[in-house]
Amino acid sequence: MAEARPAPEETPTLPTDDPPLSDVLSAYRTMVVARVMDERCLTLQRQGRIGFYVPMQGQEAAQVACGWALNDEDWIFPAYREMGIALTRGVPVQLLINQFYGNSGDETKGRQMPNHYGFRRFRFVTASSPVGTQISHAVGAAMAARAHKDPIVTVSFFGDGTTSSNDFHAGLNFAGVFQAPTIFFCQNNQWAISLPREKQTRSATLAEKALAYGFPGVVVDGMDFRAVYRAVAEARARAISGGGPTLIEAQVYRLGPHSTSDDPRRYRSDAELAEWKEKDPVARLKHELRASEALTEENDQAIWDAAKQEVARAVEAAEKLPPVDPLTLFDDVYATRTPALERQRGELARELAAGGSTP
Amino acid sequence: MSELTLVQAVNRGLQQAMHDDGDVILLGEDIGLNGGVFRATDGLQKEFGAERVIDTPLSETGIVGTAIGMALYGLKPVPEIQFQDFIYPAFDQIVSELAKFRYRSGGQYPCHVVIRAPYGGGVKGGLYHSQSAEAYFAHTAGLKVVIPSTPADAKGLLLSSIYDEDPVLFFEPKRIYRAVSGEVPEGDYRVPLGEARVAREGSDLSVFAYGAMVHPALQAAESLAADGPSVEVVDLRTLAPLDEKTVLASVEKTGRAVIVHEAPRFCGYGAELGSLFAEKALFSLKAPIVRVTGYDTPFPYALEHLYLPNAPRIVHAIRETMAAG
Repeated sequence: MAEARPAPEETPTLPTDDPPLSDVLSAYRTMVVARVMDERCLTLQRQGRIGFYVPMQGQEAAQVACGWALNDEDWIFPAYREMGIALTRGVPVQLLINQFYGNSGDETKGRQMPNHYGFRRFRFVTASSPVGTQISHAVGAAMAARAHKDPIVTVSFFGDGTTSSNDFHAGLNFAGVFQAPTIFFCQNNQWAISLPREKQTRSATLAEKALAYGFPGVVVDGMDFRAVYRAVAEARARAISGGGPTLIEAQVYRLGPHSTSDDPRRYRSDAELAEWKEKDPVARLKHELRASEALTEENDQAIWDAAKQEVARAVEAAEKLPPVDPLTLFDDVYATRTPALERQRGELARELAAGGSTP
Repeated sequence: MSELTLVQAVNRGLQQAMHDDGDVILLGEDIGLNGGVFRATDGLQKEFGAERVIDTPLSETGIVGTAIGMALYGLKPVPEIQFQDFIYPAFDQIVSELAKFRYRSGGQYPCHVVIRAPYGGGVKGGLYHSQSAEAYFAHTAGLKVVIPSTPADAKGLLLSSIYDEDPVLFFEPKRIYRAVSGEVPEGDYRVPLGEARVAREGSDLSVFAYGAMVHPALQAAESLAADGPSVEVVDLRTLAPLDEKTVLASVEKTGRAVIVHEAPRFCGYGAELGSLFAEKALFSLKAPIVRVTGYDTPFPYALEHLYLPNAPRIVHAIRETMAAG
């Protein structure tokens, strides 16, 4: 892999133009769908209709703007809180809902907890639960894309807590050394479950950690759609032109719990939450679109109504789908089932035929 | 055919794959300019360039994580972990990521990485240059675990691993990197994964071994050839998935089993073989199964000659088993 690093004066001028207004309006629609999905799925979990859920309220602008600044051919390496980027890539609401239900319409065959989805055709790599492991995957894929001379970038998504993990350090260090065409997109949502940002690291910012690895780190207001868009567009242009990786710290706030198993009232104040709710990224972009007269109150209502209907239809359809075929349990462990797996599959099939192991 | 040591055979296997397939890429610590601390990658950076034989920073989790990303994108990475003892920083990447990618993505993302690592004792390496960690990986669904014992198998199994569709942990017995040599076929020579090898036929007792331990097992069998029992030696070659057919056929034929490995006994690979024999071949057994293994201690430095199974210990176990029934 190329180890040559362009001198600073050779760094090309980078485009920092705002996206066209029509794009921003489309992006806003996606943010609304994400918000509606989030609220509906929290309810579905409380009603016992889905088993678990990881909300992302407060991070809509950061994710959708990031997705908007990327090319469809770029590869996404998400964590488990990235519904905004999934929707921006074009992943249908129905497929996300199917994954939350783990039903026969779940393209990952009911294998993982909700929110741990992946869609190869959208270049959206299947997430896992360990934090930070995806970071070096994005670095390796970027090096592979360069080896294949594909003009794409890879983007890894992670939070403030992950900046303490082994793989954050290893991944950023490798990316710096090999000048991988990749973007590290850190959504600093201020809380790693119960640990506040200031107890995660002594560093003043997370972005400054990039300097130790020899590449730029930038802090951006993650509640500001346009600011995130510009930061990602610049990082992408740098990566594509051989200028190497960028760490972006998008400062956001996790308005909801870490997951449906978490109660944030145990560790953070109502006052803090109220303060951040004032900065709600969906409301903020709406305000901006209203101010620029790209959006009327009527149009906005129609956008919310359409999103609610789309999600309601998807939930209804998901609940009509049959469960996952039990015998798929043994598929995809290896490319082909081993003799031992064939035998165990037979054991389960006989048990099911005898009426045992019914859920 | 050419006469090669085991480490030379590994080198030729890598060279062959890199020559035949431009997507094969090597990465690891000191593997390029230096040719690897055991010289397994000697000359390959010179032949294929620094973009395909990549010297990496010193981070096993970085090496394996980066290799996983390369594989997801379509390359065939073959990372080297300098000593198997140092694979643990990459354990999360191997067990949580590499092993589960195909499964957790519903088959969308196969993740084919071949991780090479020298393993085992007998080189005065103490606790951290001698371990046999195969059981951790054989226990993990989604991984294949391959250990050659001869130069021909080293090349043939390595090439099969590189062209397999699943992640493979390819553990090389460093004690016999140079101590064992043999004829190795030229070209794209492949030995199929998942097939054990009857290294020596016998009728009274079966010794099951892999890697470096195949050689003391064969010595033990030979030493008894004149007036002792007729001993069969089965070289497992692939630990996961296990070739149950071959090992069961052997134990059903002889009725006696001695299992040899360097790793500690408790929950070692031998426990799985023992269970298999108890479940599937109990009524063929004429005597209790005996395991000859490392002790349940960390790997020692000064006392490694006492820790490692050797031909006399295997002979003793064979005699004990024959006497038992």
